[in-house]
Amino acid sequence: MNDKVVNIVGAGLSGLSAAITLSKLGVSSRLISSMPSERAQSVLAEGGINAALDTMGENDSMAEHFADTMKGGCFLESESAVRNLTESAPDIVRELYLLGTPFNNDNGRILLRNFGGQKKKRTAFSKSSTGKMIMTALIDEVRKYEAKGIVTRYLHHELVGINVSNGQLDSITVLDTHTQQTYLFYGNTILCTGGLNGFFEGATTGTTQNTGNAAALAYKAGVIFADLEFIQYHPTTVGISGKRMLISEAARGEGGRLFTLKDGKPWYFMEEKYPELGNLMPRDVVSREMYFVMHDDKCSGEVFLDMTSIEDKVWNGKLSDLRREIISYLKKDPKTEPIAVSPGIHFFMGGISVSDAHETNISGLYAAGEAACKYHGANRLGGNSLLGAIYGGKVAAKTASETAAEAAVIETEERKLSVSSPAVRAQLRDILLEGLGIVRDNEGIIKMCRRLEALKMSDDLSSIDRDRIELGITMGKSALARKESRGAHYRIDFPQSSDDYKKLTIVSESNGNCCVDFIAAEERM
Amino acid sequence: MKYDIVILRRDRNSEKSYFESFEYTSQTPSDTVATALNYLNSTGIPDRKIEWECSCLQKKCGACAMVICGKPMLACDAVLSGLKGKSITIEPLKKFPIVCDLVVDRSILYDNLKKLKLWLKEDALQGDSYADLVFEASGCLQCGCCLEICPNFYSGGNFFGMSAVPITMRLLSESDKKDYKEIARLYSRHIFEGCGKSLSCKNVCPKGIDTQELLVNANALAVWKRKKK
Repeated sequence: MNDKVVNIVGAGLSGLSAAITLSKLGVSSRLISSMPSERAQSVLAEGGINAALDTMGENDSMAEHFADTMKGGCFLESESAVRNLTESAPDIVRELYLLGTPFNNDNGRILLRNFGGQKKKRTAFSKSSTGKMIMTALIDEVRKYEAKGIVTRYLHHELVGINVSNGQLDSITVLDTHTQQTYLFYGNTILCTGGLNGFFEGATTGTTQNTGNAAALAYKAGVIFADLEFIQYHPTTVGISGKRMLISEAARGEGGRLFTLKDGKPWYFMEEKYPELGNLMPRDVVSREMYFVMHDDKCSGEVFLDMTSIEDKVWNGKLSDLRREIISYLKKDPKTEPIAVSPGIHFFMGGISVSDAHETNISGLYAAGEAACKYHGANRLGGNSLLGAIYGGKVAAKTASETAAEAAVIETEERKLSVSSPAVRAQLRDILLEGLGIVRDNEGIIKMCRRLEALKMSDDLSSIDRDRIELGITMGKSALARKESRGAHYRIDFPQSSDDYKKLTIVSESNGNCCVDFIAAEERM
Repeated sequence: MKYDIVILRRDRNSEKSYFESFEYTSQTPSDTVATALNYLNSTGIPDRKIEWECSCLQKKCGACAMVICGKPMLACDAVLSGLKGKSITIEPLKKFPIVCDLVVDRSILYDNLKKLKLWLKEDALQGDSYADLVFEASGCLQCGCCLEICPNFYSGGNFFGMSAVPITMRLLSESDKKDYKEIARLYSRHIFEGCGKSLSCKNVCPKGIDTQELLVNANALAVWKRKKK
């Protein structure tokens, strides 16, 4: 072990993956998080993790995983990055198994289930709690390095500033939320801070801890973002107090069917419209079709998930946790009655633009996991987020380690902290939801941008709220600039895809203004 | 339905706690204590924001553990209409140092897991016999509810409490016997010897983990040196 050290902000899946990788490379890390890993959003991931392990006798291959991921993402991401991801997947899942993740298995043969956008069984799973099970195994593994002093956790520490000088990361400012003391952390830094759930507070399947503040700070510090218009609406969510609750895609992977009532009779619209994959079409397609049938005067306005034909042995062996959760929150047994579902915000394909090596445009600053825009193109396939987080954490750590050096942590003067206002957060959410729904148009997006500009001019805005609004405006401007429909970005005024836009939407901040540009994924960095 | 939310509060850097009451009218029958706390903070009714920890809002992360009407539970799991009476008393977990209001410092939980050396030494050995138990154990939230209700646990003591048992059980079941000797030794010293077998933790786990089943199996492997199933 030498004195090299890397800061990791966020202790979810990508953060833990980065910490383990750095430890194996002999590089120390500081794992900074507002809460322990057990509270990270990664524990909410349910259905599984994709890898072409080919354990189900279907002659699956990494090439098919690559092809499905590219197709699901509407060919927006760089082939090299997706190829690296999908080729690494089998080793990653085997590694997780050896770390004790209790994947459903048959005498060591890891079982796989069907998931959306993939014809073959490719998704390894632990019932419907895969994220939690993987996190537990990785938390225990990281503890080994904590005990050796290689990983140092900074619990109840929150990122409050990213300090950049001449395109180079100088330091990050971190607040100990217990003592209110602030510190400057020097050294290479990986942002594993999650997606932009906090911009849609209460309207997503994510956690309240995932505020999006880190992204807003990064944007104001000059970090380039990409593809912010691509927001994944998961087809099967239900509203519970304070949030949307996910009903895992595993429900459909194991036989659940979507229907609406048309002329008073069940209409299994996905099966009729898409005979090949039916209910397991990619999420963007399913959510859009649900939107259309829910707005069709001939239909009842509701969509139901029918899991009543799932066999007892599947419920008991693969979905018992999901059933328990549905009964607990909805007071309905999915085994005996269909559940009303509707699409809800679940994942952000866009985020900090990173190279294949997970570098940002700021030297010394890296990003991984949902914080980064990588791998998922215009629409993420279910089962690829856990994979992307683990793989991205590994790559970012390896890259950051190459230039890592000894770096200090010093106390800095307690400063007036900028606090986000609940009222402003609610306004930001409501305005964004109006313009960035499943179906969008020019008029709606322009109106949204105008309202955000007006909100930005409000009196007494805190600096963090202003930064958040500015990043919100870039989401709108990205959606406005992409005059086509692709993946999760569906423009009713431009319903077709256009090769002119087979590019990433790149946004950056310059003198308070948002600049939008399009570049091919291969040209990035 | 109107509720009187009575919160035991404490200012930062103070050692004096005080009760403060807020009126809350529920919007739906499924409103929880978490709903009420979020609402109160969003309205600006409290002079000072009510500090509490919250993350997943669906019983999957353990952040919002607190004492509600005398019982340790998760705020997101405490449905107001299911609690007794219209006066809801909310207090911070008492086994941990208070930081501010309902926020406590649960660092001791993680420090103890390190002292127990809870990690795998070699690749995991997974088998069918303990698969269900490992799945259940791996679901532990590290929320601290089981420690709050335990008559034997106190922060800084030699007995580390039930929260360390699920991880221990996972690692014992997934390790070769030669590799878990030290875990077994530390388990005996810090769990088995201090556990009064009151099993007060049995019905308090928000995840519904069968603590008795885990204890029985962990004791069998670590203390009674029974062969694995």
